[in-house]
Amino acid sequence: MTAVQIRPTVRQAPPVHPRRRARPNLVAGVGAALWLVVVIVPLYYLLSGSLRNRGEYLTGDSLSLPENPTLDNYATVLEGGFGTYLLNNVIVTVGTVALVIALAVPCAYAVARSTSAVVRYGFTLLLMGLAIPAQATIIPVYLLITRLHLYDSLTAIILPTAAFALPVATLVLVNSLRDVPRELYEAQELDGASPLQTLRHLVLPLAKPAVMTVLIYTALTAWNGFLFPLVLTQSTDTRVLTLGLWEFQGQFGANVPGLLAAVTLSVLPIFVVYLIGRRFLLTGLTAGFGK
Amino acid sequence: MTTVRPSPAYALPAFAFFGIFAALPMVLVVYLSLTAWDGLGTPAFLGLENWSRLLTDAAARESLGRTAVFIVLTWAVQTPVALLMGAWSAGRQRNRAILSALFFIPLLLSTAAIALLWQVLLDPNFGLPQSVTALQSIGFLGDPEIALYTVVFVVSWQYIPFHALLYQGAARNIPVVLYDAALIDGASRWGRFWFVTLPQLRYTVVTSSILMMVGSLTTFDTVLILTNGGPGTATRIAPLYMYDTGFAGFQMGYASTIAVLLLVLGTALSLITMKVTRFRSMQSQQEGQ
Repeated sequence: MTAVQIRPTVRQAPPVHPRRRARPNLVAGVGAALWLVVVIVPLYYLLSGSLRNRGEYLTGDSLSLPENPTLDNYATVLEGGFGTYLLNNVIVTVGTVALVIALAVPCAYAVARSTSAVVRYGFTLLLMGLAIPAQATIIPVYLLITRLHLYDSLTAIILPTAAFALPVATLVLVNSLRDVPRELYEAQELDGASPLQTLRHLVLPLAKPAVMTVLIYTALTAWNGFLFPLVLTQSTDTRVLTLGLWEFQGQFGANVPGLLAAVTLSVLPIFVVYLIGRRFLLTGLTAGFGK
Repeated sequence: MTTVRPSPAYALPAFAFFGIFAALPMVLVVYLSLTAWDGLGTPAFLGLENWSRLLTDAAARESLGRTAVFIVLTWAVQTPVALLMGAWSAGRQRNRAILSALFFIPLLLSTAAIALLWQVLLDPNFGLPQSVTALQSIGFLGDPEIALYTVVFVVSWQYIPFHALLYQGAARNIPVVLYDAALIDGASRWGRFWFVTLPQLRYTVVTSSILMMVGSLTTFDTVLILTNGGPGTATRIAPLYMYDTGFAGFQMGYASTIAVLLLVLGTALSLITMKVTRFRSMQSQQEGQ
């Protein structure tokens, strides 16, 4: 963190000037329309396909509206063990988020306020973790998990998922805590507050937006995770959604409407979050890189 | 007055946890690359045998070649689209806000969901080609000459919104005075993009490019689900070869060797990109925002 690029601090500047009425940007319009097709067609196919019955899927036009929309596929999917996968996903997500928040919040507080060299070196190590591709470590992680006798458990998924989410989480929190004016900490200390009280009454309330960002980033990572479940679990009892989808395709290869219903179900919870808190979710996604 | 500061103990649990489950594996993978291990027993020390095997392994060489093509193509497809989309969606117009909300939807889907969706969508009998005649003669997933390009497309579809989001954030931080000055100088829309937006986004281009390249070098989940490396070995990129060798072929030692190679290549790629672009630190652009 040596080279600090100094930019003039300007409040959120709209690139398009409000005072001037711009003539319509044709090129951008055409580009946007094209991309809209590229994004919408697959999503339309996903939704409409999940509402078709199997006969219609096999014979009908793939892009027409379903003739007799049915929710049967959803029922089939939920009866076929998908409920377990959904529950497992919830457990993994909640567990990972809880672990990351519990570890990252006090850590970020120490990084922002402590002068200890241990903390400084530890944080540097953590930041180096931003650059570690998880894929390259799956074999040693597998070794570690089998040696801890955790193979094929939900804990096995939670531990490495949380560890790899920790660098971004801590970085986001540290950035937000460093913006807290020093006077606020000093006022707390004048009042005779212990570090623990400062953490509870000052740090947590002020870092709330950052905690939200971390929460959503971590939850999304855990919810959509594929790699660690793939190499660290094997039985149906511990199967999470992403693996369930994949297995589903292998088992019921011909039941495509069912597969599409399963995919839709797996996206639904995130989509709800997107509708409610789009800003938090989008900030959370790029947390740690840029802006 | 003595300042009360949090003791290092506040940070130690996080460091220890990260150390065990993320940093230790980095060290372990190097050790494992020097062993023979079937995934069940105890790794047996082997020395450099895996490494000399890697040097003469034609399948590994081919997979690395595919990976090189894959990295270049995913970068070349994603960067211009993400850059334009990011700059475009940074505008505060209402229609742009609504459309970008749709454009970012692929970000919500898991890799598994995306790969499966496209697999079904590209099915020659029941997918898009069934309705769109022009696509019928193209073997998106079945033709070894084409399958890798299909993977590039699907991966780009998945990740363009993420990179567009990076560019959007950076574009919104560009001081508006620069655009005012360009307008006074009579710059056209294209001129403003080329001489103001693009230079201002240069650090984001570097960050985004590094993430893309290292991502394409190491990610294999999309290709595992979409084609499983096929048809034949047409889409077996290096990280998939690593996974297959380890978890399907039970040669965890040799797979670790490939993993180490990928780690080294990824680090080298990042460092070279930073050096060439004189970009010092991932954090630098987060300051002064």
